[in-house]
Amino acid sequence: MSKQNEPSSGNLGPQGTSEGTHVVRTYNDEERIYVASQWQLMWWKFRKHKLAVISGVALVLIYLLGVFCEFVAPYDPNFHNVRLVYAPPQRIRFVDHEGNFSWHPFVYKHKQQIHPVTLRRTYTEDQTKIYPIKLFVRGHSYKMWGLWQSNLHLFGVEDGGTVFLLGSDRLGRDLFSRILYGARISTSIGLFGVLLSFVLGVIIGGFSGYYGGAFDAVIQRIIEFIRSIPTIPLWMALSAALPPHWPPLRIYFGITIILSLIGWTGLARVVRSKFLSLREEDFVMAARLVGANEFRIVVRHMVPSFLSHIIASVTLSIPGMILGETSLSFLGLGLRAPIISWGVLLQEAQNIRTVALSPWLLLPGLMVIITVLCFNFLGDGLRDAADPYAR
Amino acid sequence: MPRQDRLLEIGNLQKHFPIRKGLWRREVGVVKAVDGVDLSIDKGRVLGLVGESGCGKTTTGRCILRAIEPTAGEIHFRMNGEFVDVAKLGLQKLRELRRHMQMIFQDPYASLNPRMTVKDIIGEPLVVNGLAKGRMLEDSVVELMKKVGLRPEYLRRYPHAFSGGQRQRIGIARALALNPSLIVCDESVSALDVSIQAQILNLLKDLQSEFGLTYLFIAHDLSVVRHISDNVAVMYIGKIAEVAETDTLFESPKHPYTEALLSAVPLPDPRAKLERILLSGETADPTDTSKGCYFHPRCAYSRSLCAVEMPKLRSVAGPGQEEHLVACHYAEDLSLKGIEAYTA
Repeated sequence: MSKQNEPSSGNLGPQGTSEGTHVVRTYNDEERIYVASQWQLMWWKFRKHKLAVISGVALVLIYLLGVFCEFVAPYDPNFHNVRLVYAPPQRIRFVDHEGNFSWHPFVYKHKQQIHPVTLRRTYTEDQTKIYPIKLFVRGHSYKMWGLWQSNLHLFGVEDGGTVFLLGSDRLGRDLFSRILYGARISTSIGLFGVLLSFVLGVIIGGFSGYYGGAFDAVIQRIIEFIRSIPTIPLWMALSAALPPHWPPLRIYFGITIILSLIGWTGLARVVRSKFLSLREEDFVMAARLVGANEFRIVVRHMVPSFLSHIIASVTLSIPGMILGETSLSFLGLGLRAPIISWGVLLQEAQNIRTVALSPWLLLPGLMVIITVLCFNFLGDGLRDAADPYAR
Repeated sequence: MPRQDRLLEIGNLQKHFPIRKGLWRREVGVVKAVDGVDLSIDKGRVLGLVGESGCGKTTTGRCILRAIEPTAGEIHFRMNGEFVDVAKLGLQKLRELRRHMQMIFQDPYASLNPRMTVKDIIGEPLVVNGLAKGRMLEDSVVELMKKVGLRPEYLRRYPHAFSGGQRQRIGIARALALNPSLIVCDESVSALDVSIQAQILNLLKDLQSEFGLTYLFIAHDLSVVRHISDNVAVMYIGKIAEVAETDTLFESPKHPYTEALLSAVPLPDPRAKLERILLSGETADPTDTSKGCYFHPRCAYSRSLCAVEMPKLRSVAGPGQEEHLVACHYAEDLSLKGIEAYTA
């Protein structure tokens, strides 16, 4: 949807355009509203939900980071540095200790001291060693998307320095890089899981709502049964059933399937209720009366009428999937190292010692919270915009 | 076999909706929405079907179109010069029937798919029946839009661009697209403003005379029905109470229920004396299967026979008069008040 496509006087939302003291309505503006399809009307309405738009942008960023994590991350997520274990986040500085300002950001060298009695490690900044942060540096080599070899990173420091933006973990691995790699797994599991639930939900819910009768009754009882099982024990039982010798990728898909086997019920109900209400709509009867066959009625009249609602509820059900994966992995029942997901990373923060001494290890949890909140806000915006014809 | 100028003749039409209860959805009773209706419409005529809410008018109309399946009865409809029983048509024949019978809906907001353009809505009957496509489709749609008084420039607009009256015109254009012989107008003007009602009514009248259409005009507004109908049928709880030629029915009704309905019609004369017959009691319950005339608990003229025996629809017209059917034991004995013809 391009910028010129928008009407300058929107009577479609609560705010309208407030700029200027008078709103000039031209014939072209009105005509643009009159010939606007449902998706255009939805977009105009969605745009007014600022929080949803911001969340949408944030989610795009998070997913982009996940997709390009090899390039954005300064380090290999499995590269460990025993001399820098549990290092706190390094501050990016523009002003050095002598007060000289420079536009070029840099970090000081981390210096480790071990307490001679408690063996506790503390870090101080060695202000004599300055490592400037550079863009497009060569570093650890990786295989981009498993396709081609490269060692180019978005940023980093040279000459053997380190840049741990979010600190390091018990093996001295860079947490920032690990969070990026975790984003790839954690956010995509939500998408794939929901995709699977979506397919199951639309097919089962659609048949249930369209045919009704005994078939519908049986499906509804099954859904009620599935929904009455406590989720965590069921997840635990199912994931305990995954063979431990499976390769990581297969475990990943196994967990996705487990999550969506429970997730489809909500969507199936939404689809079913939409079918039930649309079946009685006058315009559906009108289509039947002019001789349209059932396939055309479903594809041309019913599906477009509820698609936007389904997209909204799908968006609202992604957070459940992400939280599910995180909880399972946190409990050690989902994904396991060497796979990196936010839940796996949080496993490191399970004891009070880490929480007290290395609180930065909780940051993957913050990422989960941000992502889930963004999906909720985006879903709210989509849901409000989903029916532009509501009167 | 029905007469030759008949277009539609229905006999003993019934539609019973089951009432289901409990876990196993057992049938515990039925609502007799339509309970033995006989009606006939001649070609090129307008039959008004009136009655209060819930009396089965709409259900009758939908059964005729086979939008819902009738429980029993015969619906003889002349299709390509031959009579077919609509109630017994198979799927293949039913698709053909759709081209001869159409419906105009009550709610102009619910009856148009908001996600389709005017062109797609009006063109849909042509597309699904394979009658036109591409350039030809657009021409036909433009032609239909002109017929119902819509500007052809509105072709690419969506329904949200239109007012209720314009939307109803779109609905009418869709109904006309297949060039049907019978159109069921189900309360087609009752959702509109009074000023718009008149426009749409006149449009329907003009189209009827231009294309020789036959209407089954379902309404609850008697003045609207009087304006457009040649004959009027009055329905009460799933049964026909009275059928007559419009002026006869309005001027000299023979059924007490018709009289009560007519007394509620507002008169345009401010000096006219209002003698409204207020019906006491509730309308009879259509799930109730008790004997006797359904109207007798509310009827001012009811006698002992009325509580025992259900009156049959019978002719009360004298020789040489227009057909006049009434379902009342005492139709000939009562002298009932109608409304005088408009003198304007």
